[in-house]
Amino acid sequence: MGFLHRHRGLVPYVLLAPGLAFLVLFFVVPTYYLAHTSLEAGSLDIGYAFSWAWNNYSDGISTYHEQFVRSLEYAGLATLFALLISYPLAYWIAFRGGRWKGLLLLFVIAPFFVTYLIRTLAWQTILSDDGFVVSALQSVGLLGDGDRLLATSTAVVAGITYNFLPFMALPLYASLEQIDGRLIEAAEDLYASRVQAFLRVTLPLSLPGIFAGTMLTFIPAAGDFINAQLLGTPRQFMIGNVIQSKFLVITDYGQAAALSFVLMAAILALILAYTRALGTEKLTG
Amino acid sequence: MRLLRRHALTAFALAAFAYLMLPIAVVVLFSVNDPAGRFNYTWEGFTLKHWADPFGAPGLKDAIVTSLEIAALASLVATVLGTLIALALVRYGFRGRGLTNLLIFMPMTTPEVVMGASLLTLFLNLGVDRGFATIFLAHVMFCVSFVVVTVKARLVGFDRHLEEAAMDLGANPFVAFGRVTLPLIAPGVVAGALLAFALSVDDFVITAFNSGPTTTFPLYVWGAARVGVPPQVNVIGTILFLAATGLMFATVAAQTRRSRKGTT
Repeated sequence: MGFLHRHRGLVPYVLLAPGLAFLVLFFVVPTYYLAHTSLEAGSLDIGYAFSWAWNNYSDGISTYHEQFVRSLEYAGLATLFALLISYPLAYWIAFRGGRWKGLLLLFVIAPFFVTYLIRTLAWQTILSDDGFVVSALQSVGLLGDGDRLLATSTAVVAGITYNFLPFMALPLYASLEQIDGRLIEAAEDLYASRVQAFLRVTLPLSLPGIFAGTMLTFIPAAGDFINAQLLGTPRQFMIGNVIQSKFLVITDYGQAAALSFVLMAAILALILAYTRALGTEKLTG
Repeated sequence: MRLLRRHALTAFALAAFAYLMLPIAVVVLFSVNDPAGRFNYTWEGFTLKHWADPFGAPGLKDAIVTSLEIAALASLVATVLGTLIALALVRYGFRGRGLTNLLIFMPMTTPEVVMGASLLTLFLNLGVDRGFATIFLAHVMFCVSFVVVTVKARLVGFDRHLEEAAMDLGANPFVAFGRVTLPLIAPGVVAGALLAFALSVDDFVITAFNSGPTTTFPLYVWGAARVGVPPQVNVIGTILFLAATGLMFATVAAQTRRSRKGTT
């Protein structure tokens, strides 16, 4: 006790130590082992040995570039759809919600209260061949008689969009809710049309929300394998499916680790490019 | 024209809410379905028999108990670790703050499949058998950051003078923390703990990589999805949904009441 009194500067480190030690042990150190494993060669029978096996990377990319591209494509589409659905929704809650805002937000995050796998299985039911969505689309001619929704890329993208939508809607709401309504009124007083006021005032002020929302949606979406597994077929498989099956089913640890690293690097590169394109100064101030 | 636009937005919002609720309605609806075969895909008729016997499917009860045990332990540990970090971040200036923030931020922005895979390589390389303990460690790891963020949000508006006043009145720092600080930040700590609990119960990806022979509720559902999910899974899903919504609803109602009274 007296020790901490005499050395007040140590207090924050004492508070941080247990938590940060945990994160170092179970987040940072594992990343080192992932890198190590990605350069190992071998199999479950003969054992794995470190051998600078860079071919794990080159073979991995040349075999699975299709799944990589598909992951980024599906994640990009799902992020876009989530944004298009969430923005008007978040706008409506922020500006028209009144004192029901809290309750309305509860509806937005309600999907999170149903276990991820169960809600994805519910989409399996909804999109199934004898489900009402397929028959409705067939009756209006948008879908041919033998056409399906389940086991198509449409189903997988729809599933990803739904599953990560709250990640998009919440930060959007948070940034829209902070906007001072008087700024929009001022723009309109200065003869801006409603569209102009939206484009020149509301939209720029909500950029931090768009930025946070797209990141929070895109990152988990790009690594997802559950939607492709439950709503698609191997033709819709994403890189997450490959990593999962190589680690857990066929124990090709070296290449699986290499693919995980490439996924991480690809996401990081995209985030950097995106941050630059959107302009960090616009976001921070 | 303006009126029309106003209603167009409202109509869109209502349609979006319907879209968000649709799968939830399906989960609830198919918990009272009476499927003919192994697959619970098409509506066959109303029954309450799965609700009468929610653990009727073999292995389901053990999986749920395992999930709840892990969630309770992991959220407890993550809440303690995360609250301490949040206190340090908000209350003290220290060197290494940037690095600390990065370390908190990284687990929240790394795809789960990568985190699950790297933990797996750690356990494989160290020759650790995977099971209950490794799932627990993995869950604490990904929950800590979320607790930090939640508690921090509550701590930022906290008046340090209250704690100093307690110490001026003779309380030692531990008493001051227990009697003044903790009650004030308790809502943030509870919110963090509940979030951690919910994340843990729901986690599939990281768990799948580090579970070994242990089966949690999401792992059970994943296994069942290949051979036909028993309707009891929908019953449990509905119960979890109602419990979480009820809890959130109570919180929101309490907040609304407080803010209407004008006190915070």
